Amino acid sequence: MAHTHADHAGHGHVHDEHAHGPERGIMRWIKTTNHKDLGTLYLWFSGIMFVIGGLMSLGIRLELFHPGLQYMDPETFNQLTTMHALVMIFGGVMPAFVGLANWQVPLMIGCSDLALPRVNNWGFWILPFAFTLLLSTFFLPGGAPAAGWTLYPPLVLQTGNSFPLLIFAIHLMGISSITGAINIIVTILNMRAPGMTLLKMPLFVWSWLITAYLLIAVMPVLAGAVTMLLTDKYFGTSFFNAGGGGDPVMFEHIFWFFGHPEVYIMILPAFGIISTIVPTFARKPLFGYASMVYAMASIAFLSFIVWAHHMFTVGIPLAGELFFMFSTMLISVPTGVKVFNWVATMWKGSMSFETPMLFAIAFIFLFTIGGFSGLMLALAPVDFQYHNTYFVVAHFHYVLVPGAVFAIMAAIYYWIPKWTGVMYNETLGKIHFWWSAIFINVIFFPQHFLGLAGMPRRIPDYAVQFTDFNEISSIGAFLFFIGQFIFIYNILRCALFRKGLKPAAARVWEGAHGLEWTVPSPAPYHTFEDPPQEVDTETPWVAGHPAVAH
Amino acid sequence: MPNLSPAAARALRRLIAPVLAGSCCAARAADTMDNAYWNMPKGVTQISHEVWWLHMFAFWICVVIGIGVFGVMFYSLFAHRRSRHPVPAQFHENTTVEIVWTIIPFLILIVMAVPAAGTLIKMYDTRDSDLTVRITGYQWKWQYEYVGQGVSFFSTLKADANAARQLGSGIDPATVPNYLHDVDRPLVLPVGKKVRFLLTSNDVIHGWWVPDLAIKKDAIPGYINEMWTKIDEPGTYRGQCTVLCGRDHGFMPIVVKALPEAEFEQWLAQEKSAAAAGTPPAAETPPAPAAAPSSSGSAPGAAADQPAAVDQPSHDP
Repeated sequence: MAHTHADHAGHGHVHDEHAHGPERGIMRWIKTTNHKDLGTLYLWFSGIMFVIGGLMSLGIRLELFHPGLQYMDPETFNQLTTMHALVMIFGGVMPAFVGLANWQVPLMIGCSDLALPRVNNWGFWILPFAFTLLLSTFFLPGGAPAAGWTLYPPLVLQTGNSFPLLIFAIHLMGISSITGAINIIVTILNMRAPGMTLLKMPLFVWSWLITAYLLIAVMPVLAGAVTMLLTDKYFGTSFFNAGGGGDPVMFEHIFWFFGHPEVYIMILPAFGIISTIVPTFARKPLFGYASMVYAMASIAFLSFIVWAHHMFTVGIPLAGELFFMFSTMLISVPTGVKVFNWVATMWKGSMSFETPMLFAIAFIFLFTIGGFSGLMLALAPVDFQYHNTYFVVAHFHYVLVPGAVFAIMAAIYYWIPKWTGVMYNETLGKIHFWWSAIFINVIFFPQHFLGLAGMPRRIPDYAVQFTDFNEISSIGAFLFFIGQFIFIYNILRCALFRKGLKPAAARVWEGAHGLEWTVPSPAPYHTFEDPPQEVDTETPWVAGHPAVAH
Repeated sequence: MPNLSPAAARALRRLIAPVLAGSCCAARAADTMDNAYWNMPKGVTQISHEVWWLHMFAFWICVVIGIGVFGVMFYSLFAHRRSRHPVPAQFHENTTVEIVWTIIPFLILIVMAVPAAGTLIKMYDTRDSDLTVRITGYQWKWQYEYVGQGVSFFSTLKADANAARQLGSGIDPATVPNYLHDVDRPLVLPVGKKVRFLLTSNDVIHGWWVPDLAIKKDAIPGYINEMWTKIDEPGTYRGQCTVLCGRDHGFMPIVVKALPEAEFEQWLAQEKSAAAAGTPPAAETPPAPAAAPSSSGSAPGAAADQPAAVDQPSHDP
């Protein structure tokens, strides 16, 4: 280790004796090419977007608290549902995972930075502009896009002035994602520490390698789809206009060819995180490292051949319907393998339940419930009853909130002592966990019942028999949101107001393995400028690698 | 819960629902209550019964798997916590176990896929229908056309609900019967006959769904989708549009009134003579169609040059 201690003044990790320490002031953040700084920026950005998207969801839940329209007209409601989805997916979940990759991938594979640091800077700084454009549409005449995040034509072509801003914002987000993905792939394939073969990489790195390939494969598809929308609206083309020889269903196929891998883009890094956290707190190697890698690869492959299960009701031919039903059901095999692996990792371990572990356990439990409803949705004839109802809303929120978002929270609790050099407040962390775990179910579990009883999604008002569960769901949403301030407080203490907090050891968690724990806490501004030595069986890099057992 | 008044039942549900909402047992406990608010309706067709059976079959398979997996997990959380089990085992990887837990789910999938495929194939068999109804979606109403019968009409949200649903109307939706699930003119169908539907749209994509019939399909401009139903019991069955279709997507209900065959024939004859006489039949006049399709900018340019497949409505209410 070239640098064994860090002198942290201000809110970065400043290295006084190092010539290449960060600049002072705002220019540090604008000009930075440091993976840790950019990871931090991505995470803050994502946090802000989660709050904005969360406020939109509160608007939705407020209007749905009672039948009748009390607070907004239907157009505004549609704007909120559309923007909530776009902000949460492209602004919340994806940048959070990219932020975690920025921080952790170089630390976990033992390299000094991402391969393309300036591209990394650019990739991040596109995002604030993209989302400023997107969110500014609320202030245009006619308001924000209201055709749903799925952007189905012909409806989306009825969008007013916000339409070109929407398309341009999506293009920018796509460019950001693609540059980030290329950067991560190049880094992982070229800059691993000597001796770290692919099958010795930590699983979080594996999950991001696969995710990055998915991103490169599908973000251009989305870009193509929205470009065709743009030309259909402004340049007289008829890609999706039946009256001009085009085909509105073709858009759905193209969109979901992007959209389904996108779903796994939002969950594979979460798999990587859970596979990192569970062995640490079970103090036991991951049960099946290789099978976890193969399971993720299978899920990634399958994600390209299941897209039409989002379209069971558009009237695709019977043979297509059967194919997509069977291929979709198959996904539950590798997903099951992952869940069984996590449980087998816990088995006969020696578990302690710090906050990251609590979130990881809740992830396994609640994500699996989302998986069950996913399996039910895969059955095409039954999907006719579920499709576009609150059953679907419940399903994808179960996999995205207690799934992806809980994994992000688990990862932040797990690594924030490494990033900041101080321990978060464990009691507050546990309160935050129980609060979140309870109210997330109060929000989304009743939505299963609503959907089965016949309430469609994306409606601002509903028949009165749906009132009770909507009330419960809305109350849950407001309480869940309030509880997140505990989390924000806990993070802010670690990041900015560290006085009085317990300093973190280099190996923050006694059961943790991996290169990131060999550098001091907080991680110095520059790490691994000299690559670490060959794999050391005493402190193996990969939790779950056979070396651990020896 | 037949012995309670609706108001009391609702109050009770409101009281206990939060307690039950978190657990799978909730659905079972609720079965003794009004099933319609918790679970998929069994419906009134053979297909809907099969679909309901598949739904419950898949649900119980998930419950059993869940009990197994979560049972092992929670036992482990309890028994293998640090204070009880201070020295962790170090085992990992066991090819036999891994093969078993790959094969077993695969077999379970086959058990689910076979009956699902069977039902799906039946749902796709639209041959030999007794009656064909063309359904056309509009922003934001439905048009029903009895093909070859010269009967065609629009079906729109009922006026009382339309008044109550306006922003700040001050009308309590609970006072409106079948709020948002009632129309000025329902689709009237015969019981015991195979009815084929042809679905299309005049503007954007809509979705036609009646849960009790277990059929749902998108109405897409430029496409004609097919589906069918054969209703077993006379009655009124309600649903609504299921594909986001713009501002008033939430306000285009679907009501199917299933009549015994003789009554249906009588109704159809009445409609035919009214159509021949050129007067819109059956009393009720629909409320004025909602304002311009989009409050946000350009009109749906598509409407004018939209599908050749859709004939002009024979009369516009």
